[in-house]
Order: sequence, then C-alpha cells, then structure tokens
Amino acid sequence: MSSGIVMIDNIPVEINGEANLLALIRKAGIDLPTFCYYSELSVYGACRMCVVETKKGAIEAACSTPPQDGMEIFTNTPRLKRYRKMILELLLSNHCRDCTICEKNGQCKLQELAERFGISRVRFANTADQSPLDTSSLAIVRDKSKCILCGDCVRMCHEVQNVGAIDFISRGAKISVSTAFDEPIANSSCVGCGQCAAVCPTGAIIIRRNTDQVWEALSDPQTKVVFQIAPAVRVGLGGKMGQAQGENLMGKIVAALRRMGADEVFDTATGADFTVLEEANEFLGRLDSGEKLPLFTSCCPAWINYAEKNHPDLLSNISSCRSPMQMFSSMLKEQFKHSNRTVVVVAVMPCTAKKEEAARREFLDDTGQPYTDCVITTQELIAMIKESGLVFSELEPEAVDMPFGTMSGAGIIFGVTGGVTEAVLRRISVNKSNGALRSLAFTGVRGMAGVKETKLMYGDREVKIAIVSGLKNAEELILKIKSGESYYDFVEVMACPGGCVAGAGQPTVNNAAKQKRGQGLYDADRMSSIKRSEENPIMMSVYSGLLKGKVHHLLHVDYAASYKERQQSLQEKGCPK
Amino acid sequence: MSQVCDYRKLDEILEKHRYDSASIIAILQETQEEYHYLPREAFDYYAQKLKMPIAKVFSIATFYENFSLEPKGKYVIKVCDGTACHVRKSIPVLERLRKELGLSEGKVTTDDQLFTVEIVSCLGACGLAPAITVNEKVIGLLTPDKAAEILAELKEGESHAKA
Repeated sequence: MSSGIVMIDNIPVEINGEANLLALIRKAGIDLPTFCYYSELSVYGACRMCVVETKKGAIEAACSTPPQDGMEIFTNTPRLKRYRKMILELLLSNHCRDCTICEKNGQCKLQELAERFGISRVRFANTADQSPLDTSSLAIVRDKSKCILCGDCVRMCHEVQNVGAIDFISRGAKISVSTAFDEPIANSSCVGCGQCAAVCPTGAIIIRRNTDQVWEALSDPQTKVVFQIAPAVRVGLGGKMGQAQGENLMGKIVAALRRMGADEVFDTATGADFTVLEEANEFLGRLDSGEKLPLFTSCCPAWINYAEKNHPDLLSNISSCRSPMQMFSSMLKEQFKHSNRTVVVVAVMPCTAKKEEAARREFLDDTGQPYTDCVITTQELIAMIKESGLVFSELEPEAVDMPFGTMSGAGIIFGVTGGVTEAVLRRISVNKSNGALRSLAFTGVRGMAGVKETKLMYGDREVKIAIVSGLKNAEELILKIKSGESYYDFVEVMACPGGCVAGAGQPTVNNAAKQKRGQGLYDADRMSSIKRSEENPIMMSVYSGLLKGKVHHLLHVDYAASYKERQQSLQEKGCPK
Repeated sequence: MSQVCDYRKLDEILEKHRYDSASIIAILQETQEEYHYLPREAFDYYAQKLKMPIAKVFSIATFYENFSLEPKGKYVIKVCDGTACHVRKSIPVLERLRKELGLSEGKVTTDDQLFTVEIVSCLGACGLAPAITVNEKVIGLLTPDKAAEILAELKEGESHAKA
C-alpha cells in the first residue's frame, strides 16, 4: 500500500511500508553503501556511508530517516561523494591494511567500498590498534586492528543471540569492541555461534581456519581421511561457486573431496537418521513417564553452550542424543577402527560452534583423541576447492560411499529450522500414509520464522511443540516456560536464525538467499525415495552390528552430569562459582 | 567469597533500585561511593543479578570518566584544569602535589593507598581558580606551597589517627 512518493535523484519512488530511506533507495535500484546497517538489527547510524542530501542541502543518514511523502533527496552529489571518501580514508587510517594476507581478502566490505570509491591514498598516519590477536576461541579469531567500530557484532551478539559477550569498551580515541575487562573471548559468555563473524564487514572477527590440518591429513599416506558433510553445506556453496543460490550441490562436493584425496565421503544426514531414532525414542519415553518435559533438542552446539552458561538447570531436559555430527563421527571411528592407517574424521559443517563441540571432553575417545578430528566450515571448504584449482562447475556429481551410503529426506532437512522437529514427527506419527507425511509440512514446522508452534495428536494426547531459532527467541521461550506461561512437550532450538542453512560457517547472504537454501533442502527431501529415518535400509544392520551394545556409549551424552563434574572440580580448585 | 566486596552491601544498593537494569549508572555510582572505585566482583554480581551482559556493565563503566576500575586512595584529590584554573596556574599545583607524593600521570595512587591525584576538566569553581577538591571538599585560590601544606596537614592527621 502506497503512503506517498519520495523523489530520489529526481525519480519518483513509491513508499510501500519501508522503515527507512535506505530501504526505499535500495528498492529504487541504487546500492547505497553501508557498514553498520542490517535489517534484522537495530538501526545504529554509525558509519555515515549512507548519507543523502536533501533539497535544502541538509545531510541525513538514510538508514535512520523514515521516508515521508514529498521528500526530495539526492544520493550521489559531489558533496556526498567527498564525505564518503573522507569517511573511508579516515577508517583506513586506523585500519590494518595488509589486505593480501587477510582472511577476509576479497570478501571485505571496507576493501570493496575503498575500491568502489577509488581511494588511492590515505593522507593520515596509520594508527591501527597493535594489540595481539585473540585466538582463545576455537570458533572465531578477533583482530582489533581491523575493527571499524560499526557495532554489527555487538548488536548481533546482544539483540539476536542474547549473549552480549562483547560491547564497546571505553570511548573516544580509546574505544574498542571487546569483552568485559578485555578478557580473552573464550572466557566470556560467548557460545561460539559465529554470527558476529557473519556480520563483520571486515576481518576484525573471522572464523578460525582449520584447513591446514585437513591438507596435512590428506597428504599423509599414513592416514585414512573420512569426510562427513552436513545437510546445510550442500545448499550453501551455490552463490560462491557460480551455481544457483540454494542449489543442492552434494554430488559435486563429494567429487571435489575425492579429487582432493578423501578416502571416504559420507553424508551427515545419515548420522541425523540415527539422531531421529534415538531422539524419538527418548521423547516417547519421556512422554510416557511425563518426566523432564519439555525435551529440548541437542543438535546445536551453540545452544548447548548457551544452556550451560545461562540455564544449567535445563541441561537434564536437553536430549541425551549427541548431535548428528558427533553420532556419526563415533560410528565412523568404530567402523574403521581396524584400519591399518590412522583414521581422521573431518566434518564439513555450516557452523563455527561445531569446532568447539568437536573438542569437548565428552567427545574424546578412550585414547583422548576427538571422535571428530577436525571441523571445517562451508567457507573453508570453498577455500580448499579454490586452492586446489578444481573448476567446480565442471565437476561431475558423485555419490557418497558405502556402507553409510543411504540417508533419508528427514535427515537432510535437519539443516533448516523446523527440520529436526519434522523428522522426529515423521518418526513418531502413527499414521504412516503419504498424505499424513505431506500434511506434516503444513502444521507450522516450516518457514523461516524465529518462533513456530505446532500441535500433534499422539494417541489421545495432544503433544505441544515449539521451534525456535536465534538464541534471543530461545531465551524468551524459556522464560515463558519457566514462569508457567507456556507449556511444551518438545522444543527445537537452533542458535542461528533460520537454522543451520544460515550458520556462520556458510557464506554470508541475505534473507532471501537463506530461504532458497532452506527450499533446496526441502527439494532434496522431496526427491528422496526414503522419507523417514527408520526407513533408511542401513538401520537394521548398523543397530545389530556396529552399534550392538554400544548405543549408549557411541550415540549419547549426559551434559547435565558433565556440567556437575566441572562445577565440582572448579570448587575443589577453590574457584568461586 | 571475595575479600574486597561485601555482597550484602551490593544487595542493598540493588534493592534500593529495585533490581532495575535501567538504573545501572546510579547503581555503579553508589557502588563507587562505597568503595571509591568499582571492584571487579561487583561487575560479575550486578551482571548476574540484573540479568544483563557483563560486557554491557563494563561498557557503561568505561564510558564515563568518573568511574574508576582501580582502587583509589583514602583522599582523592581532584585538580581542576579547566580553562580558568589552567590560566591561573593549576599545572604547577598539580606538579607539586605529584612531587610531594611521588606520583605521576601513570601512577595516580600512593602505595600506602592514602592519596589519589587526578586531573578533572572543570569543577565549576572558576571564581576560586586554581581549585582542587579533597574528597568532596573544595579548596580554592591555591598555590603550590598551599597545596603542599594541605598535604602535610592530611598526613599529620593520619599519623595522629594511627597513634
């Protein structure tokens, strides 16, 4: 519905509910530059790159100005160009400018805008921060010398994830983005979700890179390198690989990994099928006994971190199922335990928190070696493919290896918010007809909304389900549950808004592209002849073979118990709380 | 439990502000009144009790010049270096105070935790320039010698108190 006209560079543009001038200008096909604007975050108006000039000659930031009927603005006057150049020059003057050896090289917004506005020299002395890198986290690396103080990470961490591990510290010339007392990020409330890195326009917060470790394993003849690829990864590469956004590229990824020297390649969706069976069992057990409800899902490691740091009392409500990655890694290690080479399991994940999960004490085998030896993100996979010189578009798709060569559509949709729930519902629903299965999709489990609710009859009992993505949404839901305002039997939590398809390990894209990725997974599900996890033909043989007598040891974990253990050992060491 | 902080005192302050995170600045001010600085334990405690990120509390405390994260001396001397005081020679006063106490720009508190010397922008006592405050008491029309005398008096009072 139109609510007026704004003249943008002498062209009339209709206002259609846009919250700010910036959105209107972009709708008009003008890519106004910004560092600090994200539609899902609050408007901050710090970078001043989106300034426009009014007819009277006033300068306004488009991001924080609501459009009004009759406005006349200009986006590209000589004065604005001069301002933008000056802003860029000043930003560059206290910025590390070693672009060629920066992890963000080629993907840096500052670099991009400096090029776009033709900044060929910086007249001011360089005063970049000289403090050392913060490499304390397994998920992210912080480099203050590259921070432009746009505050995107601060707002993401606080507003969307309710974590608030970082904030602006001090002010004026001394200001920086850091943790309380400038502690290493690993000692903060950080949950490793990496969303700060996903919104960081520069290399100030980047994903920790583990590709060297993988290359080393691949080139070592004494190792057997076993890959598993998470569902969301296959729909995350398209945009960066010259393919359609959200296209399912699993076959090409498998082919690329084999060309790079992988010995075995599997699909984490297979692991997810085991998660579905175990979690559905656990859920039905709890429904029967009525104990420890709601059951919270356990697939998302950032959510586990968040619960440990903020709601330790809920840990016993969290499913004892290891995440699909961890289930699958322990199974793979078991499968290849008699190999005459050292088995290295590499997980390709859309997620930065998986790097922390892999290193958890609970997931070390009896020799102290992690079940998942190494986690690389989709972005790192892309870097490896590029480094190896493979022309992605020309790769012929290949299938994953046996004996774990089959997976269900239910396992594949784990990568999108609501997917885990839908997969579990497929397992527990009594009516196994095709119609019943299709109608599950319309019960409210699908879609990118941050909070979804649905109900389902199980026997004569109504089962109440909530699906949240984004930790702020999770927090609000938990408070409602704790206060008694809401009741649920089953709660799916994914830390990243939209689920794993929007994980911080994936190339950063806008919301429309995230939706396409989700659709890509649903398409893959539709094309899969196996819809339910229990129909995966390997189930029988694996449960009666590899997993016999080891289900608990290989597939489950007790986060509540290990939390208690840690608290005890801390107390023994004399640390308060 | 920490030796620095009396959590009952912190609770008292929190209760007075009804555990409202919007009152964080007032809460920090009262904490500083109590301890003459903001002890680290208070950050952890307030963040937890007010359900706000500790980084946010730290961000607020470091934004305002008035908050101190370092323990201060029993006598906090603020030397005004506003325009009026500056032109009426506040810097020689500052230098003398620092010299007498063995302090510098980097070291603002004496080892015996008795004196802290700080520079402030304006005390609003321009008519008395150059002025200082000792804790909350304003002393004006200073010279370096007068400043030294004030220090001597305070020191003498302390040694009497000890004896």
